[in-house]
Amino acid sequence: MSLRLQYPEGGLAFPHRDLTGIGRLARHEILYLLDEAEQWVELNRQPNKRAEVLSGLTIINAFFENSTRTLLSFEIAGKRLGADVVNMHAATSSVKKGETLIDTAMTLNAMRADAIVIRHGSSGAVRLIAEKVDCPVLNAGDGQHEHPTQALLDALTIRHALKLAPGSDLNGLKVTICGDILHSRVARSNILSLTALGAEIRVCAPPALMPAEIEAMGVQPFHDFDAALKGANIVMMLRLQQERMEGQFIPSPREYRHLYGLTLDRLAKAEPDAFVMHPGPMNRGIEIDSQVADHPTRSLITGQVERGVAIRMACLDVLTRRARQVPGWDALAKGGAA
Amino acid sequence: MIPRPLTITGGLLVLPTGAPQPGNLRCEGGRIVALGDVAPNDGDEVVDARGALVAPGLVDLGVFAVDKPAFHFGGITRAALMPDQGPPLDHPARVRFAAQSGKPDMWVHPLAAATRGLEGRELAELALMRDAGARAVATGRRWIGDSGVMMRLLSYCAMLGMVVVTHAEDAGIVGSAVATAGEMATRLGLPSAPAEAEALAVARDIALAEITGARLHFRQVTTARALDLVRAAKARGVKVTAGVTPAHFMLSDLELANFRTFCRMSPPLRHDADRKAVIAAIADGTIDVIASGHDPRGPEDKRLPFADAEPGMAGAETLLPLTLTLVRDGAIDLARAFALLAGNPAALLGVAAGKLETGAEADIALVDPDRPWVVNSDKMAAAAGNTPFDRRPVQGRVTALFKGGTRID
Repeated sequence: MSLRLQYPEGGLAFPHRDLTGIGRLARHEILYLLDEAEQWVELNRQPNKRAEVLSGLTIINAFFENSTRTLLSFEIAGKRLGADVVNMHAATSSVKKGETLIDTAMTLNAMRADAIVIRHGSSGAVRLIAEKVDCPVLNAGDGQHEHPTQALLDALTIRHALKLAPGSDLNGLKVTICGDILHSRVARSNILSLTALGAEIRVCAPPALMPAEIEAMGVQPFHDFDAALKGANIVMMLRLQQERMEGQFIPSPREYRHLYGLTLDRLAKAEPDAFVMHPGPMNRGIEIDSQVADHPTRSLITGQVERGVAIRMACLDVLTRRARQVPGWDALAKGGAA
Repeated sequence: MIPRPLTITGGLLVLPTGAPQPGNLRCEGGRIVALGDVAPNDGDEVVDARGALVAPGLVDLGVFAVDKPAFHFGGITRAALMPDQGPPLDHPARVRFAAQSGKPDMWVHPLAAATRGLEGRELAELALMRDAGARAVATGRRWIGDSGVMMRLLSYCAMLGMVVVTHAEDAGIVGSAVATAGEMATRLGLPSAPAEAEALAVARDIALAEITGARLHFRQVTTARALDLVRAAKARGVKVTAGVTPAHFMLSDLELANFRTFCRMSPPLRHDADRKAVIAAIADGTIDVIASGHDPRGPEDKRLPFADAEPGMAGAETLLPLTLTLVRDGAIDLARAFALLAGNPAALLGVAAGKLETGAEADIALVDPDRPWVVNSDKMAAAAGNTPFDRRPVQGRVTALFKGGTRID
């Protein structure tokens, strides 16, 4: 099924300079990135995983917050596309010496990066940097705001699990997201992306971890996990930070597991063929049991990681097309700078 | 130096009540000596107001910096300086120094830090600071979380006859929040606290004021619930007053979109229903004071991710024009506007100013209430241009300012 034609021509298909959040994307722009990632999923399964699309380009991964998997995923994505990838860790940078975020951004800009990937602990920080630099900026997680590539890779993973063709949305799918919704950028980006793709979202958390007026984002809030699971096609578990389980928000890890741990028994309350997802890293035995996480047919967790690389390849490719003067991508559409 | 006597002619006098009256105003020895149908004496300096409003100079209750160019632009002749300085105004010598810091062309009235280091634990030397020139006591940017400390503070200040200016947000609920809980904060992923954190703090402090008989002033009350509590307390005869800054009657948390750090305030911007409740409370007399909360902040404090930026806005220049929007919208009349901006805060500070009446100090602003101008954060008189009202067209401009009958240039 060829649905490519539904996208606007050339650069109009994705008229944004940056990827700072799903909230700035239209439904067809989300689908465009998912469809673009399909080719990279294929490539990544070949023995020779190298394309020279970004040959000669420099990509800086500036991570102001610790990360292993997302950083690795972006690094592999850039390298497989032939770019020179440099990682900047906040722990070893002058950020610790009191340099401001803007100064750091200006420094990266002066080094003429062709794309900058940023993770930062404060909501809105990536947008702030994007306003100050000349190259595309990709948000790899900003505070409790957004983590757009995670939401995209989750949508692609769901689409593959359900054997849906490129171009398909997720209309009518019931997705339950359970865990620390309040502090989760993964939850926010997924809510925005999955609702845009037509899914029905439930979020489940104890009151202290549920954001105020979350209904306004078009989701249905639950405190009772069993009720939230009823009829769910996808169960997306979130990581609970250890420090939030020690009395501040939750009395103890075992109490959290008692109420919100995804066990095989609990999973049975969802649809019989429901899939399980987790953005990682997991607290096994707390929010998710190993039997569930490692389930051969129901768990999509390693599939998420796999598609993460493809999605990031797609994002790096699409966002650098203007700089690379790909035909049809030479001018940013009016009003499209974002 | 004793200034030459001054007569301002041809203006519209903004009197404590009623519509502005055509008339003259004569000052001698730094005080207003006659109002209305009065002719200049021989040797007086005569200023023709050319139909401008002749109003009391603004008395700005609660600023964080002494920023004379901004105060002069805004028609502010007296500013009550918050104790949140580096180091805090918790020592008589610092208070004495701060009290002199406005001279010669404006009055700075220091507010003594309620507790040492503004830590909220041990009472500072309040009587010594009073005698060094502190006009009132303030808890600073923060609420005093320990109810026992607050009660002892209030009873001590009741004895000293000092007003206690407090910040009303329950610290336990607020934590590290930078926004009001609701859709906007949720969408932006900003740490937030429910608006009721304010009502909780107000409820406790009203109860303590009632027990101790102290005079309590909430520097900013910004939510419908807290305003209801203040309204009810006033009706019971509790000696409580309330203030607000224009941000909370002009803006709501929708302004936070795009993480605009110039909209990072303390307390944070509220929902629109609360904004409307603030206007209603200004109209019905629940709110007594409108202040600028002037807090100029440069890029090092503001060009940061939202939650990492410091709160506060440079408000001195926009205080008068934004308050005049309430007059133009019919919420209040002009006399009440100047009661909120000058008369009431002067009374709270116990200074004989803020009103056009004989015997009062001749701090006077000539105001063209209709003159249009556009706020421009790049060209502010203030030490920094952190205003959420950038590019906003406003009306009302001070055309001349007098302190103690002497013109300020």
